[in-house]
Amino acid sequence: MSAITYDKAFEGAAKPVVTIEGTAAAARGGEGAATVPAAANDSAVPAAKVTGRGREWLRGFARATLPPLIGIAVMVGIWYLATLKAGGRLPGPVQTWNAAVVLFSDPFYSNGPNDQGIGWNVLSSLQRVGIGFGIAAAIGIPLGFMLGRFATLSAMVNPIISLLRPVSPLAWLPIGLLVFQKADPAATWTIFICSIWPMILNTAQGVTRVPSDYMNVARVLNLSEWKIFTKILFPAVLPYMLTGIRLSIGTAWLVIVAAEMLTGGVGIGFWVWDEWNNLKVEHIIIAIFVIGIVGLLLEQMLVAIARRFSYE
Amino acid sequence: MKKFVQVENVGMRFDTKKGPFIALRDIDLTIEKGEFIALIGHSGCGKSTLLNLIAGLTTPTDGVLLCDGREIGGPGPERAVVFQNHSLLPWLTCFENVYLAVERVFGAKEGKPKLKLRTHEALALVGLTHAEQKYPHEISGGMKQRVGIARALSMQPKVLLMDEPFGALDALTRAKLQDELMKICFATKATVVMVTHDVDEAVLLSDRIVMMTNGPSATIGEILKVDLERPRSRLELANDPRYVDYRAAVLSFLYEKQAHDERVAA
Ligand SMILES: Nc1ncnc2c1ncn2[C@@H]1O[C@H](COP(=O)(O)OP(=O)(O)O)[C@@H](O)[C@H]1O
Ligand SMILES: [Mg+2]
Repeated sequence: MSAITYDKAFEGAAKPVVTIEGTAAAARGGEGAATVPAAANDSAVPAAKVTGRGREWLRGFARATLPPLIGIAVMVGIWYLATLKAGGRLPGPVQTWNAAVVLFSDPFYSNGPNDQGIGWNVLSSLQRVGIGFGIAAAIGIPLGFMLGRFATLSAMVNPIISLLRPVSPLAWLPIGLLVFQKADPAATWTIFICSIWPMILNTAQGVTRVPSDYMNVARVLNLSEWKIFTKILFPAVLPYMLTGIRLSIGTAWLVIVAAEMLTGGVGIGFWVWDEWNNLKVEHIIIAIFVIGIVGLLLEQMLVAIARRFSYE
Repeated sequence: MKKFVQVENVGMRFDTKKGPFIALRDIDLTIEKGEFIALIGHSGCGKSTLLNLIAGLTTPTDGVLLCDGREIGGPGPERAVVFQNHSLLPWLTCFENVYLAVERVFGAKEGKPKLKLRTHEALALVGLTHAEQKYPHEISGGMKQRVGIARALSMQPKVLLMDEPFGALDALTRAKLQDELMKICFATKATVVMVTHDVDEAVLLSDRIVMMTNGPSATIGEILKVDLERPRSRLELANDPRYVDYRAAVLSFLYEKQAHDERVAA
């Protein structure tokens, strides 16, 4: 239950990224494109066959890619028109594109700590997310297993989690700064805080949802605790765990931008803030796209992993 | 013949949110070694509850259950259960599902090759050698149920407990599995308690049919001894007057003496 509400809480935040979902559909269309070679081989042989299969494939491809492409085109169009009126205060698509070409021609330059290529900025943000998230997983997943297995522990810890979970992770940033005395670990700390809740809650929920039939099998066989864990609990909970991980990564990626704006250093969030100070608005727009695309890739990666481990 | 499973004065009360619910009362039943018992009764009367008590998955609130002279204190591999919905672990292949049980029961004494051999044999017994490396979601319902039976048989249990093992199957598959089960039981002299709601299945397979009254606080209404020699053939029995009589007796118990409110049954 609570894990679902957690998901909901961030739905609002995830919504503005409509175009990104369009890109996801396009990516799926790309998967479909993996079947191209077969169709292409056929086209070398009789023409009658080609038209049948080829047309079918074309239609499928068009159905998968056209709507997202149209969506993106419409968005860019609106953006273009809107910036036309704004009188140059907001950069238009062309301006942004030109800036992006320059920016991505050398993403990994480094002129001291405050002036680094966008590649470095993204990588440092990813590194912070990776570390904070990794520590959260290392603590949250075992804790989730224990909460799911032992009702008393769950009753003890649940009120604390309910109390702390709605708090914005950024509220923890000062504590991090105080404890670690440095900006970098403090940002990682906020990532840790925001990642750990979905991991604990989803894992615990998964454990309580393990079908009683499976546990009855374990009881009839008199399996050892270790066998129960490796053969039943872990595989049964894995999909829930992966949901927790997916939610964690998603929120972590949301939070890191805000955290870095506050802490500074190298990172995509700080970069956005810095470019604002430099009044390079087109770079901010580029950053928005980059953040969106990286978030999308993280999400897709975890969805793919989750699919690999679903047993139905 | 020797008393093998004894159910003595057993009652089962569940504490629910709406207060205590008495599912079973005053159950007395003695099962001999090698006997095939069918538990029949209307849906919700407490057949699964009784089977789970014998399995040790639940403990009775009244009375005591014994197996081979010892009190049943919990579940154990000597009382193997074939669950109603097969309960195979979906992340293990058929082979691995059975191997898990074999390893648990014989792993302390035997080496890997012997354990694997036992697993192959158990699956061969139910005719599933070709599906060993398949996952449960890749095979049909009947095959899953057969893996469940193979898993239970592979443990060489003292008692085989089956909860409507063929309930979810189509008539043809069910008949086939009943025949296989009869053969296996005849060959292994297994002691079996099987829950069913199928009158033909009960008469065809069992030595005694335990008929339960309707719940709540259900108990044993009648016990019918089925005196048909083995091996049995469903074709020959279909016109056997004794078979017809047994069948009529069970039907009469279920639909006259324990006529069931259909709204509850639904
Ligand atoms: N764990 C439980 N808690 C409360 N009531 C239960 C529980 N298990 C079974 N019952 C009740 O006991 C009765 C018998 O159930 P069951 O043994 O499953 O019937 P069936 O004969 O269909 O197998 C039903 O009315 C059921 O609602
Ligand atoms: Mg039942």
